[in-house]
Amino acid sequence: MPTTYVEAIREGLWEEMERDPNVLLIGEDIGVYGGAFKVTAGFLEKFGEKRVVDTPISESAIVGASIGAGLMGLRPVAEMQFSDFISCGFDQIVNFAAKCRYRWNAPVPIVIRAPSGGGIHGGPFHSQNPEMWFVRTPGLKVVAPATAYDAKGLIKSAIRDNDPVLFFEHKGLYRRIKEDLPAGDFTVPLGKAKLVRKGRHLSIITYGAMVWVALEAAERLEPEGIDIEILDLRTLAPLDRDAVCETARKTSKVLLLHEDTQTGGLAGELTATLTERVWEYLDGPILRITAPDTPVPFSPPLEEAFLPNAEKVIEKARWLHRY
Amino acid sequence: MSAAELITPHPGGLASEQAEVAHRGLYYMSLMREVEDRIERKLYRQGKILGGVYVGRGQEAISVGTSLAATPEDVLLPSHRDMGLFFVRGVTPARVFAQYMGRVGGLTRGRDGNMHMGDLKLNIISIISAMAACVPVGTGVAMALRYQGKNAVAFCFFGDGATSRGDWHEGVNFAAVQKLPVVFVCNNNQYAYSTPVEKQMGCANVADRGPAYGIPAEIVDGNDLLAVHEAAQRATAHARSGRGPYLMECKSFRMTGHSAHDAADYVPKDLWDQWSKLDPIPRLESKMIEQGLATQGEFDELHARVRAEVDEAVAWAENSPYPDPSTLLDDVYE
Ligand SMILES: Cc1ncc(C[n+]2csc(CCOP(=O)(O)OP(=O)(O)O)c2C)c(N)n1
Repeated sequence: MPTTYVEAIREGLWEEMERDPNVLLIGEDIGVYGGAFKVTAGFLEKFGEKRVVDTPISESAIVGASIGAGLMGLRPVAEMQFSDFISCGFDQIVNFAAKCRYRWNAPVPIVIRAPSGGGIHGGPFHSQNPEMWFVRTPGLKVVAPATAYDAKGLIKSAIRDNDPVLFFEHKGLYRRIKEDLPAGDFTVPLGKAKLVRKGRHLSIITYGAMVWVALEAAERLEPEGIDIEILDLRTLAPLDRDAVCETARKTSKVLLLHEDTQTGGLAGELTATLTERVWEYLDGPILRITAPDTPVPFSPPLEEAFLPNAEKVIEKARWLHRY
Repeated sequence: MSAAELITPHPGGLASEQAEVAHRGLYYMSLMREVEDRIERKLYRQGKILGGVYVGRGQEAISVGTSLAATPEDVLLPSHRDMGLFFVRGVTPARVFAQYMGRVGGLTRGRDGNMHMGDLKLNIISIISAMAACVPVGTGVAMALRYQGKNAVAFCFFGDGATSRGDWHEGVNFAAVQKLPVVFVCNNNQYAYSTPVEKQMGCANVADRGPAYGIPAEIVDGNDLLAVHEAAQRATAHARSGRGPYLMECKSFRMTGHSAHDAADYVPKDLWDQWSKLDPIPRLESKMIEQGLATQGEFDELHARVRAEVDEAVAWAENSPYPDPSTLLDDVYE
């Protein structure tokens, strides 16, 4: 039976908790209620209050306590109810967790799960993609899976990793996508991108829910004879720059796509990397398709206009192909 | 031989355990005073120490008295005026000087400066520069201690000003809800940088905040080593018994500016005069003489020995190399 994205995360958490008694969950409404998105439903019954800790509405305490427990050898997995509220725990993440290893050789093996992304009519406070607040902070790892397989494999790797990992799970994918997963234990390495579609004419480099937008665009462009390659970054920090450069070298044309807003988005960093490393291979300008620099609007026509979609990708891809 | 061993306890007066605390406490307070004086009044002025310098002059009894009540399994989360507890845990003054000078021999190998240091092997969590950030972290440490079945507590140190931050309230509240073994130790030195307590909070005492979270809180004479030690014992007994956190407010005074560059002109002169009479080191010495625990001659010898120990430590630190710039990129990730 196919496994949904949300179920994949759930399975990953469950199996890691069975495997390692040092893994515990901490967050708001995750125990009795099973989490705002039901990712942890049934965990309290199985693992008990000691390992599934319901907290007050205190994001900074959730993150801070996770760091403290992590320093003492546990492997806490903290849940932010919505990634938007991660800002309330920001200082603990960027000023303490991120710097511990560098400053005083102390590992902070924590995972912070944060449901992110738009397309669910959540409005400006429940739809953001705050990954770049953390991608630009040395010492943090940032993951944003697009598939059920990667979600399960990456949550497991994140839990086993000895550095702080931010795990952005896209709310819009939770129950929308599913696939058959292999039985038994498997992991997906942090820091490795995945080529999800091979093509000759043009590379789309993307991550998270936008991988599906890219795939749709690629399929629709195929009859026109435009053969698109798609690279799913999967981990945003540390960035798999080699894979980014490799696909660019191969197709010589690059479209960068993300749901996050434009200024300071990952596309800018990717552009700089490509310019520095593979400029001479490129046969056209590097193009960005991103959300515009606005808060995430609520009303459906506005949100639709805000989010990148296959139409927008197709238009830019045609132009770049002709270039 | 450490200077503490120079003083042989005299019989009579204080119970023998207290006498031992007095002897050890005097040594660690004197060492802290001497190290910090050397840093603030000499090395900093000579330009050998760069960056911010914050000292705990006049507040030595707080970190020393508290950490002497802790077992090695208890975890300490110091703030920036708590150098004494590093010495109690066995960190050498030489490494502290190297830390301040940005040398490889410092606790953070030159990655961070001044009091921003820690050592997991000694159960000291590094100072977190953001005031009160240590409170949620200490709560998590306590959660882990209980999880691991240890009968240990976390000691979380902060100033009066830090109690205004959201992190303080989130952390204390969470610890209270979870009934975690944390002792919250406030050094109320009356000022946060230039801001006096009455501009910091609407209540008169930091301890007044305790009942709002359903935890016991007591006010302690923070300039009396034995009083601090005793209160810390009460606090730990409470925390260890599974009844949850405990708040100690140690009333004291910051006998310096906020940092080495601050002349603290905003402090009224009579406050200096008043508090200088309550200096915890001479106060403990008088008590020890009164109780027949030691003589003035022994104190003189102790201070001379501490000075010599500090001379040696400074020399060691000055010989410790600077970090090699080729290591710049190391240890961002595992
Ligand atoms: C969140 C935060 N804001 C500002 C500062 C700058 N700062 C460092 S120490 C200090 C005063 C702290 O006062 P208090 O908590 O009373 O401790 P004390 O220095 O008196 O021991 C300030 C404002 C900081 N370190 N952290």
